[in-house]
Amino acid sequence: MTLISTRALTKRFGAVTAVDDLTVDVAPGVVGLVGANGAGKSTLLKMLLGLVPATSGSARLLDLDIATEGTAIRERVGYMPEHDCLPPDVTATEFIVHMARMSGLPTTAARERSADTLRHVGLYEERYRPMGGYSTGMRQRVKLAQALVHDPDLVMLDEPTNGLDPAGRDDMLGLIRRIGAEFGISVLVTSHLLGELERVCDSVVVVDGGRLLRHSSTVAMTTETTALLVEVDGDVTPLAALLEQRGVPSRSHGRQLEVQLDDDALLDLIRDAVAGLDLGLVRMERRRHRMSELFATGGGSHVGT
Amino acid sequence: MSAPEQPQLPPQAAGGGVIHDIGYRHYDGPRLGTRYVQRSLFVDGLRGAYGLGRSMRSKIMPLLLLAAMCLPAIVLVVVTTVVGGDDLPLGYTEYLFNVQTVVAIFLAAQAPVLVSRDLRYRVVPLYFARPLQRPQYVQAKLAAMTTALFVLMALPLVIMFAGALLAKIPFSEQAPDLALGLLAALLYAVVLAGVGLLIAAFTPRRGLGVAAVIAVLLVLSGAQVAVWAIADELGNTTLAGLSGLISPSTLVDGVLSSVLGASSTVVEPPGTLGAVVFVAAAVLLVVGCYLALLARYRRVPTS
Repeated sequence: MTLISTRALTKRFGAVTAVDDLTVDVAPGVVGLVGANGAGKSTLLKMLLGLVPATSGSARLLDLDIATEGTAIRERVGYMPEHDCLPPDVTATEFIVHMARMSGLPTTAARERSADTLRHVGLYEERYRPMGGYSTGMRQRVKLAQALVHDPDLVMLDEPTNGLDPAGRDDMLGLIRRIGAEFGISVLVTSHLLGELERVCDSVVVVDGGRLLRHSSTVAMTTETTALLVEVDGDVTPLAALLEQRGVPSRSHGRQLEVQLDDDALLDLIRDAVAGLDLGLVRMERRRHRMSELFATGGGSHVGT
Repeated sequence: MSAPEQPQLPPQAAGGGVIHDIGYRHYDGPRLGTRYVQRSLFVDGLRGAYGLGRSMRSKIMPLLLLAAMCLPAIVLVVVTTVVGGDDLPLGYTEYLFNVQTVVAIFLAAQAPVLVSRDLRYRVVPLYFARPLQRPQYVQAKLAAMTTALFVLMALPLVIMFAGALLAKIPFSEQAPDLALGLLAALLYAVVLAGVGLLIAAFTPRRGLGVAAVIAVLLVLSGAQVAVWAIADELGNTTLAGLSGLISPSTLVDGVLSSVLGASSTVVEPPGTLGAVVFVAAAVLLVVGCYLALLARYRRVPTS
């Protein structure tokens, strides 16, 4: 079953084309939607929710037509908007119970699911306090909870890591991973930061200027290009020469040496070589953010990683 | 790809008990349709209009106004029982007209609670991302405001009725008057709820909404009195009668007196034609407010 399938989907606002001739098929799982600000991510989400009609083209979500089955789609989908959407004068519990009822859950079920969902997103004693006093991290958790409380088949998260500090960002990404892996709910998550989506997504759709730049699975992308960065506290030239002798080609970037890691035995080899040269090994890590290269090949360049 | 993280364990509960994380459970219970959702939104709105389920501070204003509505009724009842008499000193519909200022303040204070709050804090997109559709949202909010206003006006009438019965005024005399009074209350509620919500829906800031609603109602009421006074001075009874069209409360009063034969306090619509004009104006106002609200919510951005 495909999660999302669009055919020449287009949305124009007057002279501005927000989504341009988009054709893509996405399998269930955690899906990243990446693009710069104004690339058409939010418009695409709203079209998929059936909130904004498409100018032309068609799309199916969970095998439902976005043009004619919007209500059925919205019953089975949860949506977390990018902007703030929490009234400050009620507690998180009251708000989530209300939102659960707004999704059609009977009151007792709404209460039960609200307590469960708030616990899953990591909100405990705070949930009995008015939301006006919440931190950004807590507010993001409540926003996520309202999207999850009715146990949807798919949640759409619009820039969920926006405004979070690095720790909060990690928590949110961990939650997204859990929603996909543990809860078994598909996730469509947007971000303008490619690097963070790479960590949690099964596949990534990249849009730029409303057009599809690339769609591929992150597993395929990251394993093919795995590179190892070796950093030492001295000159890397002798190390490069030594590795060359053992038949391991490398490229140096200042104090760092980039080695193609085809075999894990290479890790031991490098460690011994560094020790033999009496150098200090600062770190060895797999080079991350290889997905950023798809912007170089695709033509879009103003998306950060 | 990283391995799924371990579920976070909740902190230990007081008393040494441990809450066990039983993992995520799917929901396979019933999902009730949009009728249920709309009804829930209506109940939430009605409760919100009286500050129920909200902070203590949001209860003060509506309950104070409810008390202000009932206090004169209680005084009337006490006077009637002590002095004795064969009728209440003030009729039900007249009573309603005389407390319209309190009703206007209630509307001004609580209409923004129902609509401006959702707009200001951008909760509306969350509703529209759910099965509920825009017209259904508007209907639920209108119904909630109307019911809240009706309760506000019906309660003093019921108090008066109970008092009248205690003063041994025959039930058969009072019941038709009460029925007419309740009908009048409903009419006031329907007309005023539409006007109030429409103004509040255009002013997302709550303070601004309160000021806008009260200003519009006061200005219209002032204009009505001015026109009536000028017409009265000129001896133009037709114009004096038609002046009731200007303000929502005199409009309802005019409909009540011309169609239902309630005793009018201010305006007497001129003849049968006047009655038709007043009824048409009232219907137009209610329908117009509803349509304008729909148009307003069609333009509310989805994010």
